[in-house]
Amino acid sequence: MSRAPITVTNLTGGYNGTAVIHNCNMQIAAGEIVVIMGGSGSGKSTFLRHLIGLKPPMEGDVQLFGESLYSVDEIARLRLLKGIGVAFQSGALLSSLTVAENVALPLIEHSELDRETIGVIVRMKLDFVGLLGKEDLLPSELSGGMLKRVAVARAIALDPRLTFMDEPSAGLDPVVAAALDELIIKLRDTLGMSVAVVTHELESAFKIADRIVVLDRGHIIFSGSVAEIKASSNQRIQNLINRIAEDEEFDPETHLRRLVGEA
Amino acid sequence: MEQRLDRLAQRVADTGLTAIQFVAFVGQAIRLIMQSFHLLVRGPSIGQPVRLRHVVEEIISGGIQSLPVVILMAATIGIMLSIQGIHSLRIFGAETQVSFGLALSIPREFAPLITGIIVAGRSGSQLASRIGSMRLNGEIDALTVMGISPVRFIVAPALIGLLISLPILVAVATVASLTAGQLYIEATIGIASQAFWADVLSVVTMVDLAHCFGKAVLFAFLISLIGIVMGLGVSGGAEVLGRATTSSVVTCIGAIIAADTAVALLL
Ligand SMILES: Nc1ncnc2c1ncn2[C@@H]1O[C@H](COP(=O)(O)OP(=O)(O)O)[C@@H](O)[C@H]1O
Ligand SMILES: [Mg+2]
Repeated sequence: MSRAPITVTNLTGGYNGTAVIHNCNMQIAAGEIVVIMGGSGSGKSTFLRHLIGLKPPMEGDVQLFGESLYSVDEIARLRLLKGIGVAFQSGALLSSLTVAENVALPLIEHSELDRETIGVIVRMKLDFVGLLGKEDLLPSELSGGMLKRVAVARAIALDPRLTFMDEPSAGLDPVVAAALDELIIKLRDTLGMSVAVVTHELESAFKIADRIVVLDRGHIIFSGSVAEIKASSNQRIQNLINRIAEDEEFDPETHLRRLVGEA
Repeated sequence: MEQRLDRLAQRVADTGLTAIQFVAFVGQAIRLIMQSFHLLVRGPSIGQPVRLRHVVEEIISGGIQSLPVVILMAATIGIMLSIQGIHSLRIFGAETQVSFGLALSIPREFAPLITGIIVAGRSGSQLASRIGSMRLNGEIDALTVMGISPVRFIVAPALIGLLISLPILVAVATVASLTAGQLYIEATIGIASQAFWADVLSVVTMVDLAHCFGKAVLFAFLISLIGIVMGLGVSGGAEVLGRATTSSVVTCIGAIIAADTAVALLL
C-alpha cells in the first residue's frame, strides 16, 4: 500500500449516476505541487470534491496517506481529513466567527495547544497571507480576495502535509496573487507540504507547478512537467495553454438555424 | 377525459412523491437523532466532542431569548381562560370552581402548545435559515473537510439545546399562565391566592406533569429536527433558502398541532 499523500485509482464520479469524471488516476508525492487545469466545465470542481471526501465516487478509490477515504466509516473519514487542508474557492468561512476564530478553529478542535499559542499561530498564518491586523473582522466585512486568503490561512493552520486550493488567485490583484504563489512554494520548500492547486491562471501554474494535470471533459489527458506541457503536440492542450476556446467547429448554417430556433 | 386522467396521474404521482419525501425526512431525522446522541456519549473518545459552549449558546438563542414572548403569551392565555371559565361556570353558579379548570388545562394543554408554537416560529425558522445559509456558503462542507463532524458541531448542540430549553420554557409558561389567571380571579371574584394554589395542587397529578413535560420534549424534537433537516436540504440559491425558512415554520407548527392532537386522542 502506498503512503503517498494522495492516490487516486480509477476514479469515476459524477451526479445522480451520470459520470462527469471518467476513470482518473493520479498521485501526488510528498513535497510536490500539482496544478490541476482544464477548461470551464471540464470537471475540476467535481474532481476536487471527490478528492476531499465530500463525494463518494461511483467507481474507484481515493487514498489519503495510504488509507482509503471512502471505504471507512464517517468518523474514520473525518479523522483522515484532519490531515489535509482545503481552501475553497469562495472561502467558505464560518460567517458567525471572526477571521481569527476561523483560522483558530482547526487548532482549537484538533490540537492540545493553549489559547496563547493558538493566538500566535493564527497571527503568523494571517501574516503569511498578508492579513495581519484583520483578526477581528467578520467574513461579511471582507472582500472576495481577502476571504480566499483567510481560507488559505485556515487550510494551513495545522501545517497539513497535503493542502488543496481551488482557484486561490482568481480575482486577486497581481501583487497579492504573486505573493500567494510565493507562499505555496515556501510551504513546499520549508514544510515539505504537498499542494494541489486548481487554477485557470497559466502564468501562476507555470511558476509553481512541479507537475500539471489537465482535465478535459472529465478525462485526465495530460500529466507532466511545465516543460513537457509546453512541448506537447496535443491540440487540445495547445488550445488550453494558448487560451483558444474549446468550441466545436463553427458552422454558419447550423448557427443560423440555432438562432431562429430550428435546431 | 384524457386530460382528467393525466391530472389524476399527476396528483397520484405528487402524493407519492410527498410520501417518499416524508419517509426520507423521517429517516434522516432519526439518523440525526442517533448520531447526535452517539456523539454526545462517545464523541470525546473519538475526537468529535459535542462542546458544552455550543449547547449553552443554543439554549440562550433558542430558549432565553424566547422567554419574554412566552411569558407574555402564557399570561394572556391564563387571563383569557379565567375570563371564559368564570363566564361559563357562572351559569351553574360555580364560578369559584374556576381554578380547577385552569389547573386541568394549562399544564396539560395550553402551556406546552403555546410555548411550542412560539418556539417553532422563532427557533425552527432560525435553525432552518442558519443551517441553510451555511450549506449555501459551503460552511458545512468546510467543517467536514476540517475533520469536524457537522452533526456534533451544529446538529447535536441545536437538538440538545432545545431539549433542555423547551421544557424549562414550558415550566415557566405554566407558572406564568396560572399566576396571571390567579391574579385575575382574585381581582374579580376574590379567591385568595392560597386557596387558588391549594386547589391547583389538589387536582394536578403526576400524569398531568408527564403530559406537560413529555409534550415539551416531543415538540423540542419536532422543532429542532424539522428546522435542521429543512436547512440541510437547502441547495441552489437564496430563494430556496427563503422558501425553506418559511415552510419550516409552517411545518413545525403543523407538526406540533398534529402531535398534540394525537397525544390528546391516544393518551
Ligand atoms: N451539482 C451538479 N449537478 C449536476 N451536474 C453538475 C453539478 N455540478 C457540476 N455539474 C456538471 O459537471 C460538469 C463538471 O462541472 P465542474 O466540476 O463544476 O467543472 P469545472 O469546475 O471544471 O468548471 C459540468 O458539465 C457540470 O454541468
Ligand atoms: Mg469549478
